[in-house]
Amino acid sequence: MRLTREKLHWLYETMYRIRRFEETMLEQTFRGNAMGVTHPSDGQEAVPTGICAHLTEKDWIGSTHRGHGHCIAKGLDTKAMMAEIMGRYTGQCKGKGGSMHIADFSKGMLGANAIVGASVPLAVGAALTAKYRGLENESVGVAFFGDGATSQGVVHESMNLAAIWKLPVIFACENNQYAEATPAWYAVSTDDIAARADSYGIPGVQVDGMNVFAVYEVAEEAIRRARAGEGPTLLELKTYRYHGHFHADDPKKYRKSDEEEEYQERDCIQHFERLVSQQNAMTEAELEAIRDSIEVEMQEAVDFALNSPMPPIEELYSDVYVNYSNPLVGLR
Amino acid sequence: MTTAEATEPTSVLTDAGVLVPGPGYDVPGTVERYRDSFNRTLRDELNRDADVFIMGEDISGGFDRDTLEPLDAWGGPFAATKGLVQDFGPDRIRDAPISEAGFVGAAVGAALTGLRPVVDLMYFDFVTVAYDQLLSNAAKSRYMFGGQTKVPLTLFARSGGGTGHAAQHSESFYSMLAHIPGLKVVVPSDPYTVRGLLAAAIRDDDPVFLVNDKKLINEVGFAPDESYELPLGKGRYLKHGDDVTLIGMSYTSVVCKQAAEALAEEGIDAEVVDMLSLSPFDEEIIVESVKKTNRVVIVDEDTPRASMASEFAAIIADKAFDYLDAPIKRVTGPHTPVPYNKGLETAFMPQPDDVVTTVKTMLGV
Repeated sequence: MRLTREKLHWLYETMYRIRRFEETMLEQTFRGNAMGVTHPSDGQEAVPTGICAHLTEKDWIGSTHRGHGHCIAKGLDTKAMMAEIMGRYTGQCKGKGGSMHIADFSKGMLGANAIVGASVPLAVGAALTAKYRGLENESVGVAFFGDGATSQGVVHESMNLAAIWKLPVIFACENNQYAEATPAWYAVSTDDIAARADSYGIPGVQVDGMNVFAVYEVAEEAIRRARAGEGPTLLELKTYRYHGHFHADDPKKYRKSDEEEEYQERDCIQHFERLVSQQNAMTEAELEAIRDSIEVEMQEAVDFALNSPMPPIEELYSDVYVNYSNPLVGLR
Repeated sequence: MTTAEATEPTSVLTDAGVLVPGPGYDVPGTVERYRDSFNRTLRDELNRDADVFIMGEDISGGFDRDTLEPLDAWGGPFAATKGLVQDFGPDRIRDAPISEAGFVGAAVGAALTGLRPVVDLMYFDFVTVAYDQLLSNAAKSRYMFGGQTKVPLTLFARSGGGTGHAAQHSESFYSMLAHIPGLKVVVPSDPYTVRGLLAAAIRDDDPVFLVNDKKLINEVGFAPDESYELPLGKGRYLKHGDDVTLIGMSYTSVVCKQAAEALAEEGIDAEVVDMLSLSPFDEEIIVESVKKTNRVVIVDEDTPRASMASEFAAIIADKAFDYLDAPIKRVTGPHTPVPYNKGLETAFMPQPDDVVTTVKTMLGV
């Protein structure tokens, strides 16, 4: 596999940005600055990074409650994301969506979705728009979802629809092995989710989701197929979430520490650093410069969010409809 | 082609293609079945806007295995889409597998990315299979994403009893949709209103659910030839009267009209309000009418708990309480599923006689 220096730089920067964003977000959450629950994805950074490396703003992604990585990899502004998580008016959704509903339609991001599996048909619909307009070559849909979502009926329906209509969709199953506290070995009927692709007559590939280069490579082929009008692909990206289900969840209650350690040793960022160092592809000074610039960005994001105004109370009533002739104010 | 009498409802088509109150239908039109008006309006909108497409089960009625040509075997459920696939092709008349949640979700995704999908959900009961996509995605996306996007999606389905379709194909749970912030609900009651409301729904930038009661589908009435919109959220008077207000929606507007005719024979002058929209809905017309007649009977085929009838009753109690000379009465289905047996099914549905009896009891005659 050959990568340009710019791409290599981008992969590291993006993974590191996601990691530090979520660590910073957790810190702010525990300080009481986030207004609700946050679901960190640290450990999983290679997945959105390796896939979104092939996408442009004209491509669409659907995301999940654990969606900060998808947002960042799709190019969303971290200042506005931090502001959204803190419920501020300057957030992407004016503080009305929060951590679980960050969206930026100008970046091809259809929104994080807190109903497990519910954003999968949205990515199929975005692909349907592309096919309807004959623009498959420049606009594909990527549905990010977890192992938990594979038990949802609408995910099966979406794969069948995309297969029969040959839509430009990538079904990206981030198998982090836990749906909340329930392990995939208990809740999913197979340890090979990618094999389910056979039943739709589409390709299915299982890949190490801790290795950004492996993710990059399979995503490249899946997206090439989609853009060429060859239809959908199911990718199963085997990964791990270091934290619990949400910020205050202690995963030690339902996971063994040797399992956590095993994945920590295969950490996607450290793996990248080792590999580029072995191959003299990037210098330590280059990596450090990226890390330093991200630290500055995170501090700016926090400062921006903390100094941003709250949404005015009138915002409660706006954006429900484009137009509606009855009052929305409720009864008191 | 014919011109309807200049009596009721009184509306005229303006140059802008919008019907406004006026002396009568002074426009060229056709007396036709409700379903023909519906079909003709879909055709108008497909011709008008290349971003409009229709998706649903069996809407192009199967395919020839050898030629892959769509067969249009049924003309779609209740012939709603008859003849469309021949003229607009299978990409715009997109036959979907039995995957209500999947294709409603895909329609929301298509709407979020710039198309204007129209979804045929076949029977109204199937709403529940796709309810999460309607509630959590179609209705909430605009709000939870801070107004970044809009969802110009139209859905339609057939409601109501009267055809022996039994418990799982006869629902009228309008309030389950009207309850959802972000969704609009319209209930036309004749060819004229379905034509105007369907066009308005498809052109509207919010998700709109249009409910067709099965009992209306073969009803005949006047509809203008030209394309036009009726405003969402506005009701209309089907008959003026002084003694009591009868409020109907969808087919119960027909029931109210029949009841008003029967009451007229007994010297009782009922006013009939046809709601046409359930979200938003026309509070003014209800309040105006009740202030005049001082009595009201609301007729709803839905089951009674948390129904539209209950909602209208609450609005009247809130805004016209001092004008009421009698308790607000609701004539609804019972708190049961819809039965199969003809006698039981007829007993389930509000009948004109039920309305007449309720009015006479109210008036003490």
